[in-house]
Amino acid sequence: MSNLVAAPVVLPLITGALLLFFRRRTWQRTISLVSVAAGLLAAGVLTARVWSGGIQTFYAGNWPAPFGITLVADLTSAAFVAVTAVAALAVLLFSFHSLERRQEEHFYYAAFQFLLVGVNGSFLTGDIFNLFVFFELMLMASYLLISLGGRPMQLRETLKYALINNVSSGFFLLGVAGLYRTYGTLNMADLAVRISLSDSGGWLTVLGVIFLVVFGVKAAMVPLHVWLPEAYTAGPTAIVGFFGGVLSKVGVYALLRTFTLLFVEDVGFTHHRLLLPLALITMVVGIIGAVAQTDFKRILSYHIVSQIGYMLLGIALYTPLAIAGTIVFVAHQMAVKTVLFLCAGAAERVTGTTNLKRMGGLLTTHGALGALFLVAALALVGVPPLSGFFGKLTLVQAALEAGRFGSGATALAVGLGTLFSMIKIFRLSFWGDVLGDRRINKDSQEFQALLVPIVVLVVFSAAMGAGAHYVLGYALEAAQQLLDGQAYIQAVLGQFPPGGDTRAATAALVPPFALEP
Amino acid sequence: MELLLATTVAVVVGAAVYLMLTRELLRVILGGVLLSYGINLALFMAGGVEKAAPPILNSDGVPAQAMMDPVPQALILTAIVIGLGVFALLLALGYRTFEEHRTTDVASLSGVEHE
Repeated sequence: MSNLVAAPVVLPLITGALLLFFRRRTWQRTISLVSVAAGLLAAGVLTARVWSGGIQTFYAGNWPAPFGITLVADLTSAAFVAVTAVAALAVLLFSFHSLERRQEEHFYYAAFQFLLVGVNGSFLTGDIFNLFVFFELMLMASYLLISLGGRPMQLRETLKYALINNVSSGFFLLGVAGLYRTYGTLNMADLAVRISLSDSGGWLTVLGVIFLVVFGVKAAMVPLHVWLPEAYTAGPTAIVGFFGGVLSKVGVYALLRTFTLLFVEDVGFTHHRLLLPLALITMVVGIIGAVAQTDFKRILSYHIVSQIGYMLLGIALYTPLAIAGTIVFVAHQMAVKTVLFLCAGAAERVTGTTNLKRMGGLLTTHGALGALFLVAALALVGVPPLSGFFGKLTLVQAALEAGRFGSGATALAVGLGTLFSMIKIFRLSFWGDVLGDRRINKDSQEFQALLVPIVVLVVFSAAMGAGAHYVLGYALEAAQQLLDGQAYIQAVLGQFPPGGDTRAATAALVPPFALEP
Repeated sequence: MELLLATTVAVVVGAAVYLMLTRELLRVILGGVLLSYGINLALFMAGGVEKAAPPILNSDGVPAQAMMDPVPQALILTAIVIGLGVFALLLALGYRTFEEHRTTDVASLSGVEHE
């Protein structure tokens, strides 16, 4: 029991509520900056504590698991919360100088805090129904943030995004109903115990596929990805950076959690036969989509889809090395994808467009941006010693070790496609003759301020690459923890004996106030 | 009783799918909402449908007789609240989209071009 586990959820929740009352722009900026910085600190301490002291749990109101609301921080979720906090800080700093005034005044910062509640809550929750609630919170905030500004294209794309996700939320509830009907519990650790005790005769696989569809929509897995590229192209660039970096990874995390803890009855079917082809198709379709585009943000959006494929590949292979590769890759993407979108945002601020054909020669006029973009793009492609290399290396190595040579080859070929479209962005927007107008000077204070968050994330990515030995060590440990499951179950259920009938147990339950002497 | 409820779920979800496949924006939104209601009903069945006492303990902390499982009802309550919020947001979003595009035909909202 540690209250620190709740901090990444409670802190932005309180801040978001506060921001609804303090409407002055300086107040909004100051409060959210302080809160995000405090969140980063809390996430850092939490990760250190999980690393040294094992899985940390938090029982809301001291209700024992599996009855109360449980938050669990294991190595994977703690690391994701920490990297999310870094990305959130960078995006917030970028927002100060890239948003229109009317966007800032219409609850941008409050919605951003609620988004953080949803993201951190999804990472930390130990209960599948709470996962649904945090998902919905995150989605509501994201609808608002994408449509903020009210341009016709934003509204149109938000509507599609909202309608598709509404259907997927329906499936989520259906899956929850199925799980509860079958196992009588929704606490993930308790579910894992009951699943291991009984033979569902294939029914669990059906439920697993329902959840695969649900999380596949959130993670933009092909063929459920159609909403992503356009919605992310439409939104304000600063927040789209956070969406691209972090939001789509929440779906991957949910898959990682449920498909290592719950739906492991028939790994041969759900992981190898179903998820593996989907992962490869996701990679290939995403990269083909990216190669065809000439819009800065849209190329990056299609890249999100393609990179999701890599993460799914790790889950599909289902070996410790592959899962470790997925964890490293997710952390790397959270930083690098965000920074690439921030570069797009800076280029948009400078030239007034995201169309690559109308912004050439940025390297001549704004050299620093070009240099930073190049480093981030190379990190995305996977050039050593940057962070992307080690994620891809681990995944490809895991594929080869598992004897899946086709998957390894596909991953490498898609990497080539990534390089191609990054070169395309660089050639069209940074090289060549100066095209289009330049709205802010490279020496202006505003441009310098835009570069700060970009530098932060590029340094983070480089540090992940430089410290790859430690990052991989951490990821391998986290992967072992995910695949083992016993540590998780033990940490959550602890002294409460699992596996009993919920109806009898509920009747026998003593309310927490009676526990006090 | 379960069969009746299951049939109701099928009818509601069927109507929702029909509405969502039409080209009228408001109908698509209503379809989405109806879908969540149908699924709430399915969630209700997850606790089992039978005659039993309300889940309230006696003063000595033991159940008087067989009690209903309250968890699915708590889940539905949460889901209904969330559904209401999403409904309100979808309606507002739909109206603003109509204002900007001057159309409620879903097919004419397709396409990928920037404004």
